Amino acid sequence: MSDRKIDKETGVETTGHSWDGIEELNNPLPRWWLWTLYACVVWGIGYSIAYPAWPMISGATKGLLEYSTRGQVASDIAAHNAQNEGLVAELLAADLTTLAPTSDLHRYANARGSAVFKAQCSQCHGAGAAGAVGYPNLLDNDWLWGGDIENIVYTVNHGIRNDTDFDSRYSEMPAYDDIFENDEIAAVVEYVISLSSTEFDADLAEAGVDLFMDNCAACHGDEGLGNRDLGAPNLADAIWLYGGSRQTVEYTVRNARYGVMPAWGQRLSDEDVRAVSIYVHALGGGE
Amino acid sequence: MTQSTLYAPQEPVFPRKVSGRFRNLKWWIMAITLGIYYITPWIRWDRGANLPDQAVLVDMANRRFYFFWIEIWPHEFYFVAGLLIMAGLGLFLFTSAMGRVWCGYTCPQTVWTDLFILVERWIEGDRNARVRLYNARWDLKKWRLRLFKWGIWLVIAVATGGAWVFYFTDAPTLLTNLLNFSAHPAAYITIAILTATTFLFGGFAREQICIYACPWPRIQAAMMDPDTITVAYREWRGEPRRHSAEVKDGAEQGDCIDCMACVNVCPVGIDIRDGQQMECITCALCIDACDDVMEKIGKPRGLIDYIALSDEPAERAGQPPTLVWKHILRPRTIFYTAIWGAIGVGLMYALFIRTDVELTVSPVRNPTYVLQSDGAVRNIYDVRLRNKTGDDRTFHLSLTSDEILRIDLEGADGLRTVQIPADTTILQRVYVTARANDPAATIAMTDLRLWVEDIDTNERASRNTTFNGRDQ
Ligand code: HEC
Ligand code: HEC
Repeated sequence: MSDRKIDKETGVETTGHSWDGIEELNNPLPRWWLWTLYACVVWGIGYSIAYPAWPMISGATKGLLEYSTRGQVASDIAAHNAQNEGLVAELLAADLTTLAPTSDLHRYANARGSAVFKAQCSQCHGAGAAGAVGYPNLLDNDWLWGGDIENIVYTVNHGIRNDTDFDSRYSEMPAYDDIFENDEIAAVVEYVISLSSTEFDADLAEAGVDLFMDNCAACHGDEGLGNRDLGAPNLADAIWLYGGSRQTVEYTVRNARYGVMPAWGQRLSDEDVRAVSIYVHALGGGE
Repeated sequence: MTQSTLYAPQEPVFPRKVSGRFRNLKWWIMAITLGIYYITPWIRWDRGANLPDQAVLVDMANRRFYFFWIEIWPHEFYFVAGLLIMAGLGLFLFTSAMGRVWCGYTCPQTVWTDLFILVERWIEGDRNARVRLYNARWDLKKWRLRLFKWGIWLVIAVATGGAWVFYFTDAPTLLTNLLNFSAHPAAYITIAILTATTFLFGGFAREQICIYACPWPRIQAAMMDPDTITVAYREWRGEPRRHSAEVKDGAEQGDCIDCMACVNVCPVGIDIRDGQQMECITCALCIDACDDVMEKIGKPRGLIDYIALSDEPAERAGQPPTLVWKHILRPRTIFYTAIWGAIGVGLMYALFIRTDVELTVSPVRNPTYVLQSDGAVRNIYDVRLRNKTGDDRTFHLSLTSDEILRIDLEGADGLRTVQIPADTTILQRVYVTARANDPAATIAMTDLRLWVEDIDTNERASRNTTFNGRDQ
């Protein structure tokens, strides 16, 4: 005790260390605190043996438990799929035309379809399915090939104008650049405009009627209402796939269009095709 | 110079039995708080066939919190946040008014330690006997007493960990499952962890937790000021105490007879006569001990007492202290009480205006609107409908607006009603359409209000939103 230094001010023992006359007090930590530290060190060593930890030349040590976050995700997905096996079987067996929108199966398919859509379809049709020039808006009530669930499933399965699926939806509008004279093109374009607009040159449109009936009506219909068997758009409504300005219509007539969609039946599982079709059907335009 | 040690062994503390008004108060508080903790999960509350009948239940799996007649959904978590803020402010209020009363009376660490010490005293005897036993050799008697004590502690610890898990699932079912070993491993692990911490913290760590592990004592220092009522020794009255050098030099003796009663009962092992100390949890047991002694020697009580440090000069000068309520009522405490009360009133208000029918509307803005083939303009809304009752319900949706708009529901087959099962929420896609030439289709924006009505009870709720026309 005698050679221990005591700080006069506080009555606390000092360590004897002094800097510029300032002495360090010694308020000892409890010993169990030290043991806690040792326990943590032991735990840390054990942990680094059990789990991936030490960096090596090619990757880190694997750890005795062979745990990996990647493996964890894989097993989570597997567990999730196992849980949904029943629903998937039901979805594959269900008659989609009569599936009630309030049923659990429909809700499941819709949620699953939404995920598929975000991943596979949004780059062309947009994340909100509103489409873009040449890529149809799937929210509205206008359909090129048909908006009931069976037609949608078919379109998604086989795609449109692709050369990978023998059963793909197919049709081809001719390019009229070489077929029509310039004035004929102007006339038929004006007639097409007159089908959906009130602002047009009546004489010019009149001159286009016969040209339309002879050349275009076979696909687009006598009244220009379109033909779903051929994927020929309705030219008399408010919705355009490529655009309804005189310039754009003229471009379409001269050069034609050839919209292509991949055959998803070759890329997605049957349940995903069905799910995404149900999702598209429930976006607002489903028939 | 010898190297001084940087680590010291834990000083054992053997608090002596004490009786008095604060001890009685503490017994009551212990009985009430422990009672609430152990019994609450077993209280039943009938909510109908579709909902659990446990009065207090934190149902993580189904994301519901039940508290008697109140049911909280995840989107109402602000109630819990509000209560936590109130608990925090309440703690500030009590600390600035009366110091560490939380620590001294209601902190679980204090309550359980008190209970463990009670068991210890019952088995091993009071202070002197325990000191003797502590110093005794590990013979048969010591082993017997220690094992018996640890056994009882363990039972309490298991019950403590066990009670905790009952708050999270139906208690009777879980108890049966626990007993036939079919409960979820999470339940056993939680019980095991809480059993271990209760056993160690209440039986062995005790005051070490308060001194070294708990951050609250450090924070509390910032909330106390000289007006705060706290446990202190009236040194001006007690000193010089018996046996001191001054007394031996012939000075007149103070009221303190240096009997060590205050030190012997202290659960954290300090001497309150050394002044305010970080370790003191203001449990007030030294007040009881000293009052007892003062009574016996015929001196006034209150040598150790709840006092405000700002009274010291007056008391030294022989004047009476300021009244307690004058210490407690001061801007700081009034401010804490005011915001505490304001939040409380706000939460009550929010609780009473809650309806069993609820909707939230998020307009789909990708795209802002959809053009239909006949030129009509359609907006889409994702409407979340909640049926918070315990029965299946049918909700009817409608809208009000200054302009002509039509509402349709996805998948409802032309109807405007949806079925919502008991205690669930569904996401309903809602379409609002303006005909091609109506104003709503042509102008940029139209206000509208979506209504939902429970067709059985006519309870209604509504939300405002907007409709985008073509003219963006
Ligand atoms: C590479 C771009 C592309 C991708 C990816 C794509 N589509 Fe398409 N899709 C098109 C095009 C282009 C058309 C229109 C073809 C035409 O002109 O007839 C179309 C048409 C459709 C139609 C027919 C619309 C109608 O009016 O009849 C449906 C349904 C459809 N897509 C669904 C999907 C789904 C579901 C996916 C995702 C699994 C998807 N599409 C992915 C390009 C794409
Ligand atoms: C063999 C059938 C066929 C004939 C004949 C045909 N079309 Fe088309 N037309 C189509 C198809 C199919 C499309 C859609 C192309 C696509 O989606 O890529 C289309 C697209 C169009 C479009 C674009 C519509 C939009 O929404 O953007 C216009 C305009 C059009 N045709 C006008 C005409 C005119 C005018 C004629 C006659 C001079 C004509 N078509 C003849 C099949 C035909």
